[in-house]
Amino acid sequence: MSTDKQLLKKFKVVVVGNGMVGHHFVEEMAKNTDYDITVLSAESRLAYDRVHLSEYFGGKTAEDLAMTTPEHYEELGVNFKTNAKVTSIDKVAKCVTTEKGETYHYDKLVLATGSYPFVPPIPGKDQDHCLVYRTIDDLEDIAASAKVSKVGVVIGGGLLGLEAANAIKQLGLQTHVVEFAPQLMGVQIDGGGGRLLRQKIEDLGVQVHTSKATSVIEKGNTSRYKLCFSDDTELETDLILFSAGIRPYDNLAREFDLDLGERGGIVVNNQCQTSDENIYAIGECALWNNFIFGLVAPGYAMAKVAAKHISGEEGEFTGADMSTKLKLMGVEVGSIGDAHGKTEGSLTYTYENQPEGVYKKIVVSSDKKALLGAVLIGDTSEYDTLLQYMLNAIELPESPEGLILPMAADKPTLGVDALPDTATICSCHNVTKGDIIASIDAGATTVGEVKSCTKAGSGCGGCAALVKSVADNEFEKRGVEVKKDICEHFAYSRSEIFDIVSVEKIKTFDELLESHGRGLGCEICKPLAGSVLASVWNDYILKKPHLSLQDTNDTYLGNMQKDGTYSVVPRIAGGEITPDKLIVLGEVAKKYNLYTKITGGARVDLFGARVEQLPPIWKELVDAGFETGHAYGKSLRTVKSCVGSTWCRYGVQDSMSMAIDLEHRYKGLRAPHKIKFGVSGCTRECAEAQGKDIGIIATENGWNLFVGGNGGMKPRHGDLFATDLDDDTLVKYVDRILMFYVQTGDRLQRTSTWMDNLEGGLAYLQDVIMNDSLGINAVLETQMKAIVGTYQCEWKTTLEDPEALKRFQPFVNSDKADSNIQFVTEREQIRPARGAEKIDVTFIDATEIVAEEA
Amino acid sequence: MTLSTKATTDKTWKTICGTTDLVKDSGISALIANSAGEDEQVAIFHIPNSEEKIFAVGNYDPIGEANVLYRGLVGCIDDEPVVSSPLYKQHYSLKTGRCLQEEKTIAVYDIRIENEQVQLFY
Repeated sequence: MSTDKQLLKKFKVVVVGNGMVGHHFVEEMAKNTDYDITVLSAESRLAYDRVHLSEYFGGKTAEDLAMTTPEHYEELGVNFKTNAKVTSIDKVAKCVTTEKGETYHYDKLVLATGSYPFVPPIPGKDQDHCLVYRTIDDLEDIAASAKVSKVGVVIGGGLLGLEAANAIKQLGLQTHVVEFAPQLMGVQIDGGGGRLLRQKIEDLGVQVHTSKATSVIEKGNTSRYKLCFSDDTELETDLILFSAGIRPYDNLAREFDLDLGERGGIVVNNQCQTSDENIYAIGECALWNNFIFGLVAPGYAMAKVAAKHISGEEGEFTGADMSTKLKLMGVEVGSIGDAHGKTEGSLTYTYENQPEGVYKKIVVSSDKKALLGAVLIGDTSEYDTLLQYMLNAIELPESPEGLILPMAADKPTLGVDALPDTATICSCHNVTKGDIIASIDAGATTVGEVKSCTKAGSGCGGCAALVKSVADNEFEKRGVEVKKDICEHFAYSRSEIFDIVSVEKIKTFDELLESHGRGLGCEICKPLAGSVLASVWNDYILKKPHLSLQDTNDTYLGNMQKDGTYSVVPRIAGGEITPDKLIVLGEVAKKYNLYTKITGGARVDLFGARVEQLPPIWKELVDAGFETGHAYGKSLRTVKSCVGSTWCRYGVQDSMSMAIDLEHRYKGLRAPHKIKFGVSGCTRECAEAQGKDIGIIATENGWNLFVGGNGGMKPRHGDLFATDLDDDTLVKYVDRILMFYVQTGDRLQRTSTWMDNLEGGLAYLQDVIMNDSLGINAVLETQMKAIVGTYQCEWKTTLEDPEALKRFQPFVNSDKADSNIQFVTEREQIRPARGAEKIDVTFIDATEIVAEEA
Repeated sequence: MTLSTKATTDKTWKTICGTTDLVKDSGISALIANSAGEDEQVAIFHIPNSEEKIFAVGNYDPIGEANVLYRGLVGCIDDEPVVSSPLYKQHYSLKTGRCLQEEKTIAVYDIRIENEQVQLFY
């Protein structure tokens, strides 16, 4: 009851509409808990991402596109109603009523009703299979219609029309785009850009018809319908999709007397207030300065301004930049500012490369000092730089054409350092360079953290690369000393240490510490140096100079468990094992009473071995033909495989032999972190290879190679690196990739994060490995060959070395065992005893002594 | 409680092992019977480049609750010689036994090398 009373007292804000902008308003408003927020949405779903709507056909679900959930709104303390279309506003009583007759009182009302697709008044437009492209429900209708259609036409060749065309093309329809104007995307790009865009889109199999006005839709001859154009031509089609622009949803304002623009739109001032000071309008339903903004970023800006104004804070909407960058059917398109060069006295520079399908134009001021606009088709790599020139009024270099000419060598690049702190980096969430720096001040240490902290890059995503370079630049500035240094003893990164060790032929940690470090070292630099020394020289890791560098797991060649015992994991390459060997494992486990488990990596782990038991256990295993599984090492773990074409009805290659060969080739290789492989015998992918560091999937013609996959904490699909490789090329590429990773990876960096952080990403790695762009492949191969050729089973070597075996004595001066290691039985096997289950051996001894004395 | 009332023998230097049993820049463990007659595990570290050269601390990791400290990596943090627990990586000072990350302290023993013998005072 008391909560209800509190709510009654709270200031009531009612939001009509829950699109992206309405949702953004809710998030902004809910930052302040003094307000009682109610959301009324006419749609059946809460807010979802309309910018990426076409991905619904690419496999994304409504849940993937959702921007919020009922739970999230409950957490924020927001009341919400879906299927609640508001039908009337009482400005005097300050309340709204829904279709169902429910009435909600407000202190402030926010209209975020958005827009609806404009359907031109063409006779025949209201039949079945004449659809629009706006909501998830629309997409479902399109998908249903596409199933019974062969040909589809999009009426409207603007940005949304081309997205819609892409959508129906993905659904397998023969696709046409009909545009009234003489060119595509007339709002954003100029005639030259439009010509090239048309050519590229037609190359992709979409037919474009410009300067066409549809006069009537009739019954078709070969298809369901026929579009009759005013120039007496016709086009047969089964499905018609209207995408001829948007119109503001302003009917509420119209009916209840709020000021409207001449051609619609709810008139708002700089605070986003309508003609009634208690009613606000934001997003595509609002008309500011006689302009409707059809992009999400200005809508977000309005949402923020309205929320601020309601909370009594200052803020003003002063217009927004309409620059945009996107990929349409794989064609990159960018438009900045005055793309058409309408500014008086403006001059343009144009670069066109027809063979490559690239068109670039910049519009500059008459004094050639300021960038006014740009059009980029086919290659938008300069978009971020150009946008920053325009937004921040940065003075242009002497020859501005250099900004778009492909002569990369002396291209004036705008370093992110040149940007002022006020520069907007992410316009969707209005994140400035200063905001990014502030997030790093507040403790963000990775680009991911910067993104989640500032929300930069989480709107349209167009600024992702820029966010990364601003953050990286900032990390670099403060990071060179703090971040890349592996620890206080070495002012170098892992890859620098790798270079030092290789170039200066350093063979021991002491040499390295003396020549390049300080102090005594620590648990970070020692194993790192140990790993690098092992990668470069492939010495037996327990050789005396290296002994003290290894983590306990490497020293005792097993994984330490919570009670100080170790696990025993022999290699079972590819998961293939003979019954006899399986029996040996069972016998050894039984003899030493080890907990036994089959792992996810298709091998058998034996747990609960005390240090002193490790050598006898391994002696039995090695004698039976087993070798170490390196489960303890930052090195190759398992190669997971299916049985492949040998047994499986569907297999197209012998994945089992490939897996075993690869496992034996790379076993023992020391790397920045553990490495897992997967080999699948066909596209069914039973070995889940795409979730592995190196994933290999058989094709009819050979093997597809994936790199950088990961399961675990942060799953990542591997990137398709190369297709249809023969066995030799596959191994050659894997050799090079692994060795390149070993050389350049950071400490404890899996290949997935290595890939994410590799400057230039997949394309760069392909260039290095396949085109030898760094000229290092011969070296990489030689190094790998040396390591493969000098493999030794570390357990076999240890068992032959009495000096090394001394390490496995529990005490230097006693043969007693550690009394603190105790087990209890669970499901017929041992497990470590927990606190209260332990019998204090020492204590019993002591009480006995006391008792004797007493 | 009763244990403390038990008569204690005086502490003396006792030989644990020879210097050849030590492992450079690494640890070994020893089992001793303390003055109360209880078993105690000691971790002994040999760091030739440090001022003290040799250190002895309790082998029990009070955070990981296992006798494992001698298997940790040694080094220095801000010039303080430390061992890092092989379980959860906290650092313990080899001079004071203080944990640098949490409010825990481990025992510290006097240790010396005499005539190639490693001797502990207990």
